[in-house]
Amino acid sequence: MNAFAAIVARELKLAARGGADTLTLVLFFVMVGAVVPFAIGPDRTTLARLAPGIVWIAAFLAMLLGLDRLFRADEDDGTLLLLREARLPLEMSVAGKLVAHWLLTALPVLAASPLLAVLLAMDTASWGRTALALLLGTPALTAFGVIGAAVTVSLRRGGLLAPVLVLPLCIPVLIFGVAMVAAPGGSGAALLFLSALSLVSVAFCPFAAALALRLGSE
Amino acid sequence: MNLAQPLLTVDALALSRGGRLLFEGIGFTLAPGDLLALRGANGAGKSSLLLALAGILRPAAGRIDWHAEEAPKLHLLGHLPGIKARLTLAENLDFWRAVNGPTGMATGAALATVGLGGLDDLDAGYLSAGQTRRLALARLLVTERRIWLLDEPHAALDAEGDGLVGRIVAAHRATGGAVIAATHDALADTTHTLTLGGMQ
Amino acid sequence: MTIDSAAPKPNWFSRLAHPGNFMGWSRPVLWPLGIATALLFGLGLWFALFNSPADYQMGETVRIMYVHVPNAWLSQFVYGAMFVAALGTLVWRHPLADVAQKAAAPLGATFTALALFSGALWGRPTWGTFWEWDGRMTSTLVLLFIYLGIIALWRAFDDPLRAGRIVAVVTLVGALDIPVIKLSVDWWNTLHQPESILTASGPKMPGSILTPLFVMMAAFTLLFLLLQLVSMRTEILKRRAETLSRQAAARPA
Repeated sequence: MNAFAAIVARELKLAARGGADTLTLVLFFVMVGAVVPFAIGPDRTTLARLAPGIVWIAAFLAMLLGLDRLFRADEDDGTLLLLREARLPLEMSVAGKLVAHWLLTALPVLAASPLLAVLLAMDTASWGRTALALLLGTPALTAFGVIGAAVTVSLRRGGLLAPVLVLPLCIPVLIFGVAMVAAPGGSGAALLFLSALSLVSVAFCPFAAALALRLGSE
Repeated sequence: MNLAQPLLTVDALALSRGGRLLFEGIGFTLAPGDLLALRGANGAGKSSLLLALAGILRPAAGRIDWHAEEAPKLHLLGHLPGIKARLTLAENLDFWRAVNGPTGMATGAALATVGLGGLDDLDAGYLSAGQTRRLALARLLVTERRIWLLDEPHAALDAEGDGLVGRIVAAHRATGGAVIAATHDALADTTHTLTLGGMQ
Repeated sequence: MTIDSAAPKPNWFSRLAHPGNFMGWSRPVLWPLGIATALLFGLGLWFALFNSPADYQMGETVRIMYVHVPNAWLSQFVYGAMFVAALGTLVWRHPLADVAQKAAAPLGATFTALALFSGALWGRPTWGTFWEWDGRMTSTLVLLFIYLGIIALWRAFDDPLRAGRIVAVVTLVGALDIPVIKLSVDWWNTLHQPESILTASGPKMPGSILTPLFVMMAAFTLLFLLLQLVSMRTEILKRRAETLSRQAAARPA
């Protein structure tokens, strides 16, 4: 098995055996969305109008919640240090973690989004666009999240800091992601912007995150 | 393989951590088959020197010259084993084989060599501290690298484990590899010793 | 005990920017800089309050612009300075660069907050609300969040040198993302509010407004430079004190 695939496979194996982290994340996602009607009232028209934004925020928060476990375990058991001697560059190891993290956080959220669509009175077409937007936009969220996690991994108390750093950076993803669903006439442009943002941030993320990991261990 | 060609030359190396100068003026040459023992009190900078050689810490001054070795060229055995409790012993080693390069022993053979033979499918979380250390040593066997940087290799090992360390270090040196070991314990056939004094 | 580090480049910049030299030349600069800043503020305020016309639409309240625009400009200029300092830390490992970064962050956050505050004070009598989600104010708010996150990151580290390097990475990533944020926020704004909002650069500005504006901008910029130098000096002194404490602790009893 090549080195990159080994990294992705190991993350997936650990997640499968390591307790219910993925399920907890999905539960958090659904609960955030489900809690909103308690706050703003159950009127179906209002909910349907706000639904794309609510789904995006719930997905966003779920991804932020999963940030700390990106590098924390590997830092604590010495794997991060030992990955430096691997035959694949640290950037590629980070890219492998990025792919695995997306598979473990974004895909489950995507799979659970129909539940939210029903709870928030979204029609099928609207949900379809939301799912596509999540598919195109979650890579960017993951990429920024990986950078935030890499920056804070050397901190003992870094847990709350990563979301605070990552959140402002992800605002464009939120804007374009919601616009893809809800903006009449703007959705075509939003799709292009969102895809471009995801491509660029995913390409750029391994370099920034690997740099942060190296500097953090100095 | 030219046995006289040195693997590593270090010249006037100085290192600071946390604003404190750990050591300066450190120099040595490492040839194939060498065993360099690093000694010094706790906090003298032995682990930091190994990390600097591994390219993880940046030296404040001096030069580290690797001679004609294509990277990656070294194995680092640190304090933390890099082992996942929920993966089996074989899965842990297979991961490092895939990531470091499968040029050494097979997983089963490596486990047998370190005295963990037959436990391939046991979850690594069930190992004792000494067994975990042996598994960490096994990682060095599944991928061939010329230079080994060992930080307290005898830690958590019993007398039999100490013998194991001696055996695999000797085997590695016999094939032209070199070892730098930071340790308080006795090492057989040391080529040279470097003692780091505490700096004020 | 000397460290034989890489030979210093002999050019004028590295001579000036060496920490020891920096402390030397920055001290005599402080008072003249302070006086120049005070004079420019005096001149600018006189212009702003007494010698410039009131806007025919907004009345006297337009004078807040003379505080709001310089602060808005500084909020971006200071981030630019932080960005250059971050490059200095990462690319050239310059010893003063992380001190410069650390000093600039709270200053930038303060100017950004003042820009938002003055914008709110201006908005109330002009548009009736303290806050409008227009493109520029929203981008400025996001910039404030980024500044505050960077400050929080500085404070989370024990080792200031490592902090400087990590913060530099965040600053660079932020610098690349800020134009994207501006673009997306402006785009979002046009989706939701097709009419444009009257802002400081909307109407054409006659010279009688431009002159006091430039004076105030110069005054605020000098204020930033003054505060930046003072803050850097303080940080260097603090690090020296910490080193001495650490050395005292390490000495055998």
